[in-house]
Amino acid sequence: MKAKLTILIVLAIVVSAAFVLVDLPSNWDYALPRRLKKVAAILLTGGAIAYATLIFQTMTNNRILTPSVIGLDSVYMLFQTFIVFVFGSMSLPSVNKYLNFGLTTGLMMLFAVLLYRFLFKREGKNLFFLLLVGLVMGTLFGSMTTFLQVLIDPNEFLVLQGKMFASFNNVNSDLLLLSAVLIVLIGLFSMKYNKYLDVMALGREHAVNLGVPYQRTVKQMLLVVALLISISTALVGPVTFLGLLVVNLAYHYIGTYRHSLLIPASIGISVIALVGGQMLVERVFTFSTTVSVLINFIGGLYFIYLLLKESRA
Amino acid sequence: MIEVRNVTKMYGGKPVIDNVSLTIPERKITSFIGPNGAGKSTLLSIISRLLEKNSGTVMIDGKDISAWNTRDLARKISILKQSNHINMRLTVRELVSFGRFPYSQGKLSKEDWTYVDEAIAYMELTDLKDRFLDQLSGGQNQRAYIAMIIAQNTDVILLDEPLNNLDMKHSVQIMKVLRRLVEELGKTVVIVIHDINFASCYSDNIVALKDGRIVQEGTTEQIIDGTILESIYEMPIPIEVIDGNRIGVYFK
Repeated sequence: MKAKLTILIVLAIVVSAAFVLVDLPSNWDYALPRRLKKVAAILLTGGAIAYATLIFQTMTNNRILTPSVIGLDSVYMLFQTFIVFVFGSMSLPSVNKYLNFGLTTGLMMLFAVLLYRFLFKREGKNLFFLLLVGLVMGTLFGSMTTFLQVLIDPNEFLVLQGKMFASFNNVNSDLLLLSAVLIVLIGLFSMKYNKYLDVMALGREHAVNLGVPYQRTVKQMLLVVALLISISTALVGPVTFLGLLVVNLAYHYIGTYRHSLLIPASIGISVIALVGGQMLVERVFTFSTTVSVLINFIGGLYFIYLLLKESRA
Repeated sequence: MIEVRNVTKMYGGKPVIDNVSLTIPERKITSFIGPNGAGKSTLLSIISRLLEKNSGTVMIDGKDISAWNTRDLARKISILKQSNHINMRLTVRELVSFGRFPYSQGKLSKEDWTYVDEAIAYMELTDLKDRFLDQLSGGQNQRAYIAMIIAQNTDVILLDEPLNNLDMKHSVQIMKVLRRLVEELGKTVVIVIHDINFASCYSDNIVALKDGRIVQEGTTEQIIDGTILESIYEMPIPIEVIDGNRIGVYFK
C-alpha cells in the first residue's frame, strides 16, 4: 500500500513538472511564473477539496456524498449572481478580487456556522438532519440564483458565466498566497483529529464506545470542511464534484480504511486529475472548454457507475 | 461499580425509561429481561453514554459519567449494540484492533497486538482472522465484534442482545465465553437478552423491565419463578428444574 502511495505521489510530481516544463517557450520568464502560479493554485484547491471530501464522507459514513450537499456552492453562486444583478458586472464587489474573495469566503463560512449553530443547539443533534436542511437551503439558493439570472442583462450574464465554472487561468497571486496560508493553517489545526477519523468511519456508536469525543470532532471537522470548500471555491470557482471522484478512486486504489494513507492518496489523485485536466484543456482543447466541465463529465460518469455498483451489491 | 439513579428518558413527551434506579454488582453477569419495548436496550445505551438521558445520573466508580473523560471511560466500560453495519471492508484482525484505540489512539504497540490476537483466540476466530467481515456468516461476524470488545479490555462489558441471529451452538459458545470473562478475568458483564432460559442458566442476577420501569430485580433463583415471570410477560411460564437449571417451559 505504501508503494502504491509512492507511485501516486511520484506521478503527481511528474504531471505537475510536465505541466510547467513541456513546451516552455523561449521567453520563459513570462510563461514560467504564470504556469507555476497555476500549478500552485491547483495543488491548493485540489488538496483542499480532496481532504474536505474525504473527512466529510467519513463523518457522514457515506461514500456518495460531497460537501456540496450542505449548499456551500449555491451560496457562492447566489452571491456572485446577486452582486451582478444589483450592482452590475463592473461594480466594485464584482471587479475587485480581494473584496469579492473576502465577501464570498465570509458569507459561505457564516452560512455553515449558522447552519449548525442553529441545528446543533436543538434537540436531536442529528448530522443527517443538518445535511437535509443544507440540501433544502442549497436548492432554495439555487432556484433564487436561476431566477436572478433569468432577469439579468445577457451581456452581464456572460461575465457571470465565467464565475460559474472553476478556472485556474487567472488566479490572483496575492489571493493565492493568502489562501495557501489559510489552507495550511486549517490543515495543521485538523491534524490532531486525523487519528479519530479511522474510528469515526465505524459509525457513531463504535466511535463513542472507543472513546472518541464524537460531538466535538464532528463539529470541528464540519467547520474545517466548510472553511476549505469556501476558500477553494472563492479562489477558483465550484469544483466540489471533483472530491467525490478522487476520494472514491483513492479508496479503490489504495484499498485500506487508514486515513493516514487515504489522505495523501486522495490529494495525489486530485492533483493528477486537475493538472492533467488543465493540460488537456490548454494543449488539446486549446481553451475551448474549462477543467470543471471535464471533471464534471468524467465525475458524472463515475457517479453513475458508483450508483449502479451500489444498487447491485 | 455502576449505579443508576432516578434516570428518565423521554421520547416525544413519553417516558421510555421512567425514574429507574439500579445498582449493578461487580464481577457478575447481570441480565436485563422483559417484553419488547420495555426499555432494556435504551437503559443499556444510557449507561454506556451512547444516549443522552433527560434526568438522573449514572455513576461509574462513584463518578458521574458526564464528568468522565471519554477516553478514560472507554478503558473502563465498553458496549456492543445489536446491529453492527460497517461501511468499510475490514478483516477480522483489523476490526479487533480497533478495540485497542482507547489505549493506543491508532498506533498499536506490540503489546496491543498481543491483546488483539488473544481476543481473537478467545473467540476461536484465529483461523478466520485475515478474512474480510463481509465474507463471514452472521454468527462469525457477531463473534468478531465481541472479540473487539474483549480486546478493549474494560472492567465493564455491556452487550445488547449478543445472541441475536446466532444458532444454538454459537449462543452457548458466547454465553460460556461471557462466564469465563467473569470468572477468569473478573469482568462485570451486563446483557440484554430475550431468552429467559439462557438468562437463567448463565447469569448471576436478573433485572426485569416493563414499560420503562424495573418490575423485578434479584438473583437468578429469585426471578426465574413461575409467578414472577407470569407477571412480567403476562403469560404462564411454568418452571422445571432440569440438572439443577431452572428452565421455563412456555412453548405451548
